[in-house]
Amino acid sequence: MKKVVMIITGFGMMLFMACGDGEKKKDSPYEKSTPTEQAAPAKSKVPASERVELNNKGVGPITSLALPTEIDQTMVAHGKDVYEKMCTACHKADKKFIGPPPTGILTRRSPEWIMNMILNPEEMVKQDPLAKDLLMEFNGAPMANQHLSEEEARAVLEYFRTL
Amino acid sequence: MKKTLKITVALVAVLAGLTSCNNSEKSKGRSGALASNVAEKVYVAPGEHDSHYAFISGGYSGNLTVYGLPSGRMFKEIPVFSQFPTNGYGYSEETKPMLETSFGFVPWDDSHHPDISQTNGKLDGRWIFINGNNTPRIARISLTTFETEEIIEVPNSAGNHSSSFITENTEYVVAGTRFSVPVPQRDMPIKDYKGNFKGALTFIAVDPEHGHMDIKFQILMPGFNYDLSHPGRGKSHGWFFFTTYNTEEASTLLEVNASQNDKDFIAAINWKKIEAYVNNGGGKMMPAEYTHNLHDEATHTATSTMKKEVRVVDPAEIPGAIYLLPTPKSPHGCDVDPSGEYIVGNGKLSANLTVHSFTKMLDAIEKKKFDGDAYGIPILRFEDVLAGSVEQPGLGPLHTEFDGKGNAYTTFFISSEVVKWKLGTWEVLDRKPTYYSVGHLTIPGGNSREPFGKYMFAMNKITKDRYLPTGPEMEHSAQLYDISGDKMELLLDFPTHGEPHYAAAIPAEIIKNNSKKIYRLAENKHPRKATIDADTKVVRDGKNVHVYMTTIRSHFSPDNIEGVKVGDKVFFHVTNLEQDFDVPHGFAMIGANNAELLISPGQTRTLTWEPKKVGVWPFYCTDFCSALHQEMQGYVRVSPADSNIELSWSLGD
Repeated sequence: MKKVVMIITGFGMMLFMACGDGEKKKDSPYEKSTPTEQAAPAKSKVPASERVELNNKGVGPITSLALPTEIDQTMVAHGKDVYEKMCTACHKADKKFIGPPPTGILTRRSPEWIMNMILNPEEMVKQDPLAKDLLMEFNGAPMANQHLSEEEARAVLEYFRTL
Repeated sequence: MKKTLKITVALVAVLAGLTSCNNSEKSKGRSGALASNVAEKVYVAPGEHDSHYAFISGGYSGNLTVYGLPSGRMFKEIPVFSQFPTNGYGYSEETKPMLETSFGFVPWDDSHHPDISQTNGKLDGRWIFINGNNTPRIARISLTTFETEEIIEVPNSAGNHSSSFITENTEYVVAGTRFSVPVPQRDMPIKDYKGNFKGALTFIAVDPEHGHMDIKFQILMPGFNYDLSHPGRGKSHGWFFFTTYNTEEASTLLEVNASQNDKDFIAAINWKKIEAYVNNGGGKMMPAEYTHNLHDEATHTATSTMKKEVRVVDPAEIPGAIYLLPTPKSPHGCDVDPSGEYIVGNGKLSANLTVHSFTKMLDAIEKKKFDGDAYGIPILRFEDVLAGSVEQPGLGPLHTEFDGKGNAYTTFFISSEVVKWKLGTWEVLDRKPTYYSVGHLTIPGGNSREPFGKYMFAMNKITKDRYLPTGPEMEHSAQLYDISGDKMELLLDFPTHGEPHYAAAIPAEIIKNNSKKIYRLAENKHPRKATIDADTKVVRDGKNVHVYMTTIRSHFSPDNIEGVKVGDKVFFHVTNLEQDFDVPHGFAMIGANNAELLISPGQTRTLTWEPKKVGVWPFYCTDFCSALHQEMQGYVRVSPADSNIELSWSLGD
């Protein structure tokens, strides 16, 4: 009955409408979310790794993060430990390796962008124009999602503040 | 409804000439309502999930395959008893111990009857057990990692066929011998079989927390062949039932000589009684060599331990624990209904299906209505224990499953069909052909207290013309039926791998959210792991060279190694640093005489390579991991045996 109504309505409303059954709700933990494309940015000649974009918060769970002036040394120690275990296969502190070095990153990136890049790399390289350009600059080497917790990513960020 | 729809569609088409909405309606009209309806029942749209898992035994592949229902799509082959070059199981140093037996390394088996763990008679989806038939073994597979975690060998057994079935709280996984053999094994004339050979029925205790298996006791039964078995449940919990054939105790030309007796037996074992006897020191320990192989998830490594003795129980020591129920003509399947009242004996050569009553059995035992004994085990009278017979339902009955709605479904090998009949009235309700020569059938939970009676699938031995021909040998064929209505409806043909014997199926929601996505690096306790760059190294220990290597998209560290010599034995200990779901890396070395490694995220695996030729030899990642997968490679320089080039290793220098 629903379809009959839909079809008649569709006809009444001038033939062109999508009459599909609509997307079913999905609860599976394995689903990938559908990326929503953003307009490509104007090409910049400055390499993505050197570009300064302090207002870009990126795409992901972190929407707002104010850093206290004082650096939390306990957090730094924890962050350094996490960084060494989970990140150094691709990131050396002060030289370009598989990916860019984190030294001085807070002069170029917002805290939110950094955390989103750690926590949500798959969506970042698809939706964030800067992350997309970085992927190309680094030969298409994907930023691996190492599934850090928010707390761990925050500690890594704190450690980055000391580099 | 359908007509209204068609008229409306037609109306729209006529009036407007075109619409964007009528495509699906058109195709329905074209293919006919019925066919379309069947297709919809098995159609799982791209990206959607099946409603059930089916774990189908691989038979002579030695493994276990994982399918989805209703689509019939195969998701995975889990290596169990056979080496599996696809991921290095049975080749890598960590997994080789899984295939150790008292006969040495046995890289193959014939896997038969998977059974999912239960709590209170219901599927709990924690583990799945399966038997190796040829070199008697029982395996336990985790349903969180979908990997084989444990294999225990079964001594005093041969042709481990009436296995591996579990009791309703997974107290035991039970393994019965098909062949009777001398116990202990000894040099003796085969013709002296009768009265001298024994049939061991083995009760393997399962640790409720970790699932670890340990043989609690073996019952040394008369020298019959023990074909299949099932646990009592509900009212009959505490009992186990085994079909027997060759009660003639023939040792040659069984095709004829084991079909002489009008009736063989179902052996009813009161295991609770024997368990209590054993707990009080009953039975005796006898020398026996058998392996117990355990894979540790934290170290990612298996160890094999040789056990030296096993507890055996002689039925004569414990009267009142075992009875024999006469059952016509070499019964094969031994199936217990969800209530635990009915025990179905599918007499392969019998015209009728025999159903015994548990209540009547207890009554006959209480009244001591025995009809002689076999080697001291009381035989009950057929008429006293018979609940009823299904009269002439088909030819060659093999196995029965239950839908939880009072119906039973039996396969008939010779007449190639599944017959639905009613418990209690024994009337045949429906029959549907199978293609061809069906063996087992499976209903999800069909051998538990609570079956999920929506689907049934038949596993057939002969495929013939069901698929495009692929030479003289075809993969076997399965057929899926909808059994939710009064009549069974054939929905789908799908090919299976190896020779499926039994299968176990379960609603997806019971296990899918427990499926592990990664192994946590922080929990990796492999003694030769490398989880940070500082751990990567190459260490010489005499002729053995240990490479501590890491992988992440998309490089190995180290990827240049020098100082290896001809005659060395190189162990690549590769740790996958990925912590993301479904990002394994492969490791393949030119000329390696074993297989590749496929290393799951967070896991460590070791491949052994014995370089035989001087040169610079490459290795690479086999699993397409990123856009730079093709760049994921490295070199090992192999120098002459007398070279004095020092070991060195690097990445990016």
